[in-house]
Amino acid sequence: MTNKTVLYQGAEAEICLDNYMGHKAVQKRRLKKSYRIKQIDNHLIFYRTKEEAKLITESRSCGVSVPIIYDVDLKNGVITMEYLQGKRVKDILNQMSKEERKNICNKIGQSIAKFHNNDIIHGDITTSNMILLDDCVYFIDFGLGEKNNEIESKGVDLHVLMEAIESTHSQYSDCFKDVLDGYCKELKTDADIVIKKIDEIVKRGRYR
Amino acid sequence: MICLGIEGTAHSIGVGVVNDDDGKCRVFSNLIKIYRPEKGGIHPREAANHHAKYIADLIKESMEKAKICSNDINLVSFSMGPGLGPCLRTAATAARALSLSINKPIIGVNHCVAHLEIGRGTLDDCNDPVLLYTSGANTQVIAFAEGRYRVFGETLDIGIGNCLDKFGRNVGLGFPSGPKIEELAKKGKQYLKLPYSIKGMDLAFSGLLTAAGQYYEKGESLEDICYSIQETTFAALTEVTERAMAHTEKNNVLLGGGVASNKRLREMVQIMAEERGASFFVPTRDLCIDNGAMIAWLGILMYKSGIRLKVEGSFIDQRFRTDMVDVTWRD
Repeated sequence: MTNKTVLYQGAEAEICLDNYMGHKAVQKRRLKKSYRIKQIDNHLIFYRTKEEAKLITESRSCGVSVPIIYDVDLKNGVITMEYLQGKRVKDILNQMSKEERKNICNKIGQSIAKFHNNDIIHGDITTSNMILLDDCVYFIDFGLGEKNNEIESKGVDLHVLMEAIESTHSQYSDCFKDVLDGYCKELKTDADIVIKKIDEIVKRGRYR
Repeated sequence: MICLGIEGTAHSIGVGVVNDDDGKCRVFSNLIKIYRPEKGGIHPREAANHHAKYIADLIKESMEKAKICSNDINLVSFSMGPGLGPCLRTAATAARALSLSINKPIIGVNHCVAHLEIGRGTLDDCNDPVLLYTSGANTQVIAFAEGRYRVFGETLDIGIGNCLDKFGRNVGLGFPSGPKIEELAKKGKQYLKLPYSIKGMDLAFSGLLTAAGQYYEKGESLEDICYSIQETTFAALTEVTERAMAHTEKNNVLLGGGVASNKRLREMVQIMAEERGASFFVPTRDLCIDNGAMIAWLGILMYKSGIRLKVEGSFIDQRFRTDMVDVTWRD
């Protein structure tokens, strides 16, 4: 592997600029962590790479905007995928107009409902893991995701986003309500059950 | 400014005397007495009785050790929460009585925030850390963002210390089990697969606790189980801490809480920090566990920033969350 430009250094992976058969692409390389023992490290890298590739592909087929996967290298924990030259929702949400923000949050909710309709759990829905490009919200980083049809998992999935909005976009806490509005519109089963579950999860937290 | 702080959120009653030395915390004394139940976990009433029995002497001894008299004290601080009601009330009652008798102001502080501030106050260059706070009851990843200490990740079920203690109790190790598990883990050779549960930046340990118990019932070696518990839970703790650091773009990591005494956990977080070019901090052991000095120090910070409390309004709050505190002493 040649040295490539690192676009972003995340906690568990680095995103490098790449070229795949003439397409501008990125490589997500999961990094070995020497703080954990080999058995755990190997398992997490292999398993998360595999799950992520699978879930991104599946999300695409249910109508969620995600990068196109070009190549998966399980042995080295590398996924090569389409380069999305957009902006992280985390960086732009606070600067948007009220209307724009509401609109984006609705879209986010609809997309989450689309993959939840197909029992896809993202596992780490934060505004850092969404890219806005051509008016579409792309979801990335399915590394903590899984296939699961339980209400509990869907509730936890949304609860992660709720916490992310509370900590990163605290002055716009209405955002989460707008997300839920979009979610209710698109979810095929009764969204109220999931929303009730979120309340229950919140109360489970310490000192709530 | 000299402050006497009283800590009493759970099994420990602590009294600390600290001085504000040009913005840095100087600890004059820091005495702690720990309630150890004969069997089972903490009984809140028994713990409170224990605290009531020792608090007066602890206050006296801590002043003697600090070589001050009651006239030297400028402020009395106490742990307002979160914690066990009876224990909190005992510490608060002592603080009120002291404040009234020496006629000095009182202030109530958040216990979790105190764990973070004592790191910033006593360690050089630890200015804006992400705190991994691991104790019996609490497991939180805390960092300063938008005017508050926000919880970026926390346990969704039990604290890591509680997880270790419960396992230890079930296999007869006694309380506290953490240090015994650490010793046994050193002799572990084989890794037994355990659930690794991360949801975003949140964690869960109850599934792992059950699975570890099942290994024990199946007759797996206790050393191997302890080794596997530590490796799995600490890897998850380190991972969420790293995620919070990446998310908040912070370069300092600080440990706090009783489980921070564990050398393997320290080592893992330190390696993580080194690999991402960040600085690793851990206060001395007596400032990691529940203690009065950290309560005193946060009291000083709050008082200096203009916060005032009257004895009449000095209620405790069992569910005093980290992110409820309006941080007036930082920009």
